[in-house]
Amino acid sequence: MSIALEHVSYVYSPGTAYEKQALKDVSFEIEQGQFVGIIGHTGSGKSTLIQHLNGLVKATSGKILYEGQNIYDAGYDMRKLRGQVGLVFQYPEYQLFEVDVLTDVCFGPKNQGLPQEECEKNAREALELVGFPEKYYRHSPFELSGGQKRRAAIAGVLAMKPKVLILDEPTAGLDPKGRDEILDQVQKLHRETGMTVILVSHSMEDVARYVERIIVMNHGEKMYDGTPREVFRHYRELEKVGLAAPQVTYVMHDLREKGFPVSPDATTIGEAADEIMKCFEYRTGESQ
Amino acid sequence: MIRDITIGQYYPAESRIHRLDPRVKIVCTLLFLISLFIQNSFLGYVIATVFLGAVIRLSNVPLKYIVKGMKPVVILLLFTVVMNLFLTQGGETLAHFWIFTISENGLRTSVFMAVRLIYLVTGSSIMTFTTSPNGLTDGLEKLLHPLNRINVPVHEVAMMMSIALRFIPIILEETDKIMKAQMARGADFESGNIIQRAKAMIPILVPLFVSAFRRANDLAMAMEARCYHGGDGRTKMKPLRYRGRDRIAYAVTLIYLVVIFIVGRYIPFKLWVF
Repeated sequence: MSIALEHVSYVYSPGTAYEKQALKDVSFEIEQGQFVGIIGHTGSGKSTLIQHLNGLVKATSGKILYEGQNIYDAGYDMRKLRGQVGLVFQYPEYQLFEVDVLTDVCFGPKNQGLPQEECEKNAREALELVGFPEKYYRHSPFELSGGQKRRAAIAGVLAMKPKVLILDEPTAGLDPKGRDEILDQVQKLHRETGMTVILVSHSMEDVARYVERIIVMNHGEKMYDGTPREVFRHYRELEKVGLAAPQVTYVMHDLREKGFPVSPDATTIGEAADEIMKCFEYRTGESQ
Repeated sequence: MIRDITIGQYYPAESRIHRLDPRVKIVCTLLFLISLFIQNSFLGYVIATVFLGAVIRLSNVPLKYIVKGMKPVVILLLFTVVMNLFLTQGGETLAHFWIFTISENGLRTSVFMAVRLIYLVTGSSIMTFTTSPNGLTDGLEKLLHPLNRINVPVHEVAMMMSIALRFIPIILEETDKIMKAQMARGADFESGNIIQRAKAMIPILVPLFVSAFRRANDLAMAMEARCYHGGDGRTKMKPLRYRGRDRIAYAVTLIYLVVIFIVGRYIPFKLWVF
């Protein structure tokens, strides 16, 4: 139960002036149930990468194994794969098209060939999962606010009951409140359903708070792969490629340089606060 | 996939053709198109081939790229060829089966028609490949400027054209994105009969129109915010000016036109039926 990439490379428009190597020999494996963040600055190949995972883009070379099976094998059922590996694109609200929200969310399950009642049941469940208010179910998706549209669009993918959920910059263009709400919702989803979640972002803060593993992409190559703690230890290298560790990492490193016995590995504000408190306890203990 | 549509697109490269004044390219393309229609002989097409080949060579646009741009006209091309092949009569009969007859004239017309069509598309694509959309509309605006006197809103038409051209790649990219997003939700665009396929387009077309209107609205706002008020009193940052190379290009094209006219009309030469 996993997705594995083996030496995947991808070249855009080969043989023209627009030729561009988007991915270079990328390999990794994601186990079922993991919460993974993929980060990288604009143009690092992260969006291209995730489009490989459900077969929307075919690798120029390399293999992709879903549950041990090569998805490029002849006769492999791509539509079934897309139902299991749900991909939510950046600004997914731009793909809404139906007369009302519920019908739009039904689009996915309907394509899977489910009967009408089951489509609707799945759609309602999905909308509930993303915290979409029931009173808007019969409203046109074009009348909703930005945050609600996005929830509806994410529900549109969840309604297919995927085992893996990939979100490409799910918080782009949302205000801080909307951003936290969506990410909290995603985290809840991961906890309650146990589905694999892959979160693509360029915001380290967002990613650090939620994921258990980070894959850093740079110029189409995998640069780091590990727990947030391991990855943020390379904060100086990250800076060089246009990324930054969460601000707490910097604070902790600064404190340590000033001589406070704190561990610089804290990646979230909570952890950092604990570390600083420990340091105080240590001091008061000393003075007594 | 859909990104492969290259017709009407600009191909950024460094070349002598790219550097020419857009007006030269527009006028010369027009002359080239005319040259295809004022003659219909084997030698004439040979000269046109040489001229077109030389221009392609000079333009540094890969031939593969140009050929790829022909894809959308293949069906039209086949249709023309088949129609002409079977429906044009005259001369000796070359082949006959059931109700179909291929005559000398039919073969001749269909082959010449196909070449003409291919050169027509290639010739105009060379212009768009080597001229940026802005250059193209600048050139057109300047060329059509005299029409201002009879109250044709030349500037506005040129501006609309340049916006339309500018939006082609954007809309294509948007289509690609929306298609992928719907495919990620299990949409299928490839199977089913014609009605099912047309229906499958709705999930693409609705978001596409919504986004096109949104973009048009944003653009209008941005233009107003920068005090755009039409063509009156508007000056250019880079006014078009003819240079030596432009005069040479005009001269070469005119010579080509004269040669193809004389050769095509007055030198009788036949290779088999052509």
